[in-house]
Amino acid sequence: MTEHQEEIAATDDDGAIHDNVGIRNELRARWQALAFKERIAIVVGLELVLAALLFFIDHSLGFAVVTVAALYWINRLPPLPWKLAGQALLVAVFLVAGPRSLAVVLAVAFATFWIPKQYRVWAGPAVAIVLAVLYPFYQSKMFTVPVFGVWPDVATGVYMIVFVMMAVGLNIVVGYAGLLDLGYVAFYATGAYTAAWFASLQFAHVTWHFGAVGIDPKLPGIHVTIWLLLLLAGVITALFGIIIGLPTLRLRGDYLAIVTLGFGEIIYDVARNSDNFIGTGFNLTNGPNGITPLDSIGFGNSLSHWTGGLLPANYLSCCNAKYLGHQIQSTDLFFWTAIVLLLITVFCSLRLQYSRLGRAWIAIREDETAAAAMGIPLMRTKTWAYASGAFFGGVAGAYYAVFKSATFPGDFYFNISVFILCMVILGGMGNITGVIVGGAFLAYLNEEGLANTGAWINANIHIGSHHPNLDVPLYASGIYGLIILIVMLFRPEGLIPSRRVAAEMHEGVHDEPLYDIAHAGSDG
Amino acid sequence: MGEPGVPPREGRSFPSKTVMSRKPVAADASAPTLATRFKRPSAISTVGLVLVALLLFWLGVNLVKAPSVFFTVFLIGFTTGCVYALVALGYTLVYGILELINFAHGDVFMLGGMFTITFGTQLFGLKQGQGIVTVPIVFATLLLSMLACGLLNAGIELIAYRPLRNAPRLAPLITAIGVSFIIEDVGLAWKGPNYITAPSVFPQSQIFNFYGVAYEWNKLIVVAITVPVLLALLYLVQRTRQGKAMRATAQDKEAAAIMGINVNRTISFTFLIAGALAGAAGLLYSLYVTTVRFDQGFQLGLIAFTAAVFGGIGNLPGAVLGAVLIGCIQAFNEGLSWHAPGSDWTEAIVFSILIMILVFRPEGLLGERTPEGG
Repeated sequence: MTEHQEEIAATDDDGAIHDNVGIRNELRARWQALAFKERIAIVVGLELVLAALLFFIDHSLGFAVVTVAALYWINRLPPLPWKLAGQALLVAVFLVAGPRSLAVVLAVAFATFWIPKQYRVWAGPAVAIVLAVLYPFYQSKMFTVPVFGVWPDVATGVYMIVFVMMAVGLNIVVGYAGLLDLGYVAFYATGAYTAAWFASLQFAHVTWHFGAVGIDPKLPGIHVTIWLLLLLAGVITALFGIIIGLPTLRLRGDYLAIVTLGFGEIIYDVARNSDNFIGTGFNLTNGPNGITPLDSIGFGNSLSHWTGGLLPANYLSCCNAKYLGHQIQSTDLFFWTAIVLLLITVFCSLRLQYSRLGRAWIAIREDETAAAAMGIPLMRTKTWAYASGAFFGGVAGAYYAVFKSATFPGDFYFNISVFILCMVILGGMGNITGVIVGGAFLAYLNEEGLANTGAWINANIHIGSHHPNLDVPLYASGIYGLIILIVMLFRPEGLIPSRRVAAEMHEGVHDEPLYDIAHAGSDG
Repeated sequence: MGEPGVPPREGRSFPSKTVMSRKPVAADASAPTLATRFKRPSAISTVGLVLVALLLFWLGVNLVKAPSVFFTVFLIGFTTGCVYALVALGYTLVYGILELINFAHGDVFMLGGMFTITFGTQLFGLKQGQGIVTVPIVFATLLLSMLACGLLNAGIELIAYRPLRNAPRLAPLITAIGVSFIIEDVGLAWKGPNYITAPSVFPQSQIFNFYGVAYEWNKLIVVAITVPVLLALLYLVQRTRQGKAMRATAQDKEAAAIMGINVNRTISFTFLIAGALAGAAGLLYSLYVTTVRFDQGFQLGLIAFTAAVFGGIGNLPGAVLGAVLIGCIQAFNEGLSWHAPGSDWTEAIVFSILIMILVFRPEGLLGERTPEGG
């Protein structure tokens, strides 16, 4: 992350391409005019003042600010011996005084950053994956974060991973190909309903079983094994994406946005009203009551026996094993499966990014006319972007429906589309790492973070004896809107940007004006 | 599908001047040129015509079966359409000048309703059954609501859109969604999650009842407030110096700036006018329907946007025509007796219309004219 920022900062100095975009660059110019020591003094002073102020609100928050500041300054020290010594000191302080788990987290993080750069490309993600897989074992032992409270539980972890998958899928459409899709929830819904149709009692007039686990073989309805269904949901959703895309992808950016938004709303309406599908009396989606329950996921008895119980026969009736002092629960199994799905998604997305198709997407994003002139078939390439994005949305939707064992039309409201878009924008359009971080953070906020933050605010912030008593999760969509606004104004390329998108955002690749309109008003 | 700017093919029967001088109107690169559309009626336009024919057939059967219901529903739709027209004009003004879909506009409209209820009841003591005193109160509330919404909308432009003037096109669009969500939650924080009610001050007695087709005063009042506002807007855009500046800015910002037009001030003014229209619509909606909730603005805004696209975005008479048509379609869908899908499907139908317009006729009904509201 720091290298990225430094590289981008470097382009500012020589290129001066940022001169007229946003408030941010004016502030930066003033900041760069200051001397180095002045800057350090100002920053440290501000940090201490902030820490002192926050200390009076909540002691742990004050300590947290000091810790973060210490981390920042240690990171800027010369590596040997000062950086190492500083890091050791920090870990030692927390081992003795603070929460031990924080000391361990810091030690692991520091160790990762000491891996030489050429290995870190592989080692960083590997450490992250190992930590994620082990998460159910150490979740209950983690320290309490100021403001945000305890670490998210494993069920929230599943939710986060599912939404990160969707964000990665949407990133293909928005980040790579530059097609603003405001109806991504339609793909989520298609995937979820595909899973629900083929693994529940919904169509009770047929009885058809194919490898489903944990149910009576005579149970009415279609029951297909979930593993096949995940793939099927992806394929059906991709086809659906193509059907939506074919007539609409000819439209230009903002028109495409509004059409996809329309499709999202139509899908919501269809899901809500199709207990009597277009007046035919056919119960397609069971209306507002949703379809529930769905079949469980599992590997079946024979596979389970063959692997000696390593692969569980049925996720919901599993688990008497205890490893590392942790009783394995079905949520953990869902969590690990979700990690595998996410890894597949990320792998595909990374491979697509620099493939012939991925480069064609980037070309279309930057300049459609030029791309067409270079022989890129516009419609086909855009449709592929749409279909690939839809595929992962469908898989994620199906998996989440199976995890919840239900699907309701209320899950597919327009807010969800914007929520997923917000993940992509916050993290950084076109950058997988950014999208994963942004997605995980926002999904966490939505599921637990906002409620915890609200509880913290209500407990700690008061004027005299007057407590605000805010219901923070109620304002979730406004908070996402605020995040979108702030990110677009101050850092349009996202928190962890891809360099290419950052350059586009600041140069304004499209419609570069001949005349500087932004400053025309003052003398006009 | 011919791109605009592709030189006209040989042997075309149209003089090349008409086509070459026309700017791509609905801002869609793939809009078929006049020539290609007349020469080869493609499969896609045939499908569109069949759909229109089916719609007309459905309306015709309903008209024959129950004429009084048909006309009553039409009058309801016309009234709703007037409210939509005010909102749709805001979309079309802003789109015309910035090529930006201002998603926040619908929520400004919703706040307009809230302003109306707050100003009317708390500032002026508006309540049901005040007699003739109601008229000046409603008029004052209208002005205040328009002013508040106009300032709000101009403020949104200043904070959220102006810094992104030179950014890629998608950046302000995404910001607009963010702003929309923020304003929605401002309404939520201000008035709470439930419907708030306005006093029912428009008299609901009938003006006439012609063979079962009733027309009430409240509907007439809505039309009577809408029409002068629309005429004032048309006068502003087409006859005044400021309107000329707006049209020039919409056509070409660089050239307008070179000609000494203050582009930023003109854009701010456009947002002010659009917001004022949303405020007027908010007043009419809250006093006609008498309930407002924080999340109504976005949905209704999208319907109004559909109306603007229907009529040809950037085209002022088009927005009014589209709004009245959408209002009628909505009323027909919810009110007719023979095979009407009902209010559950209103949004799906409106958005299907939006998609079909964008697919079949992206320049809208009146989109052949210039985009700057002529």
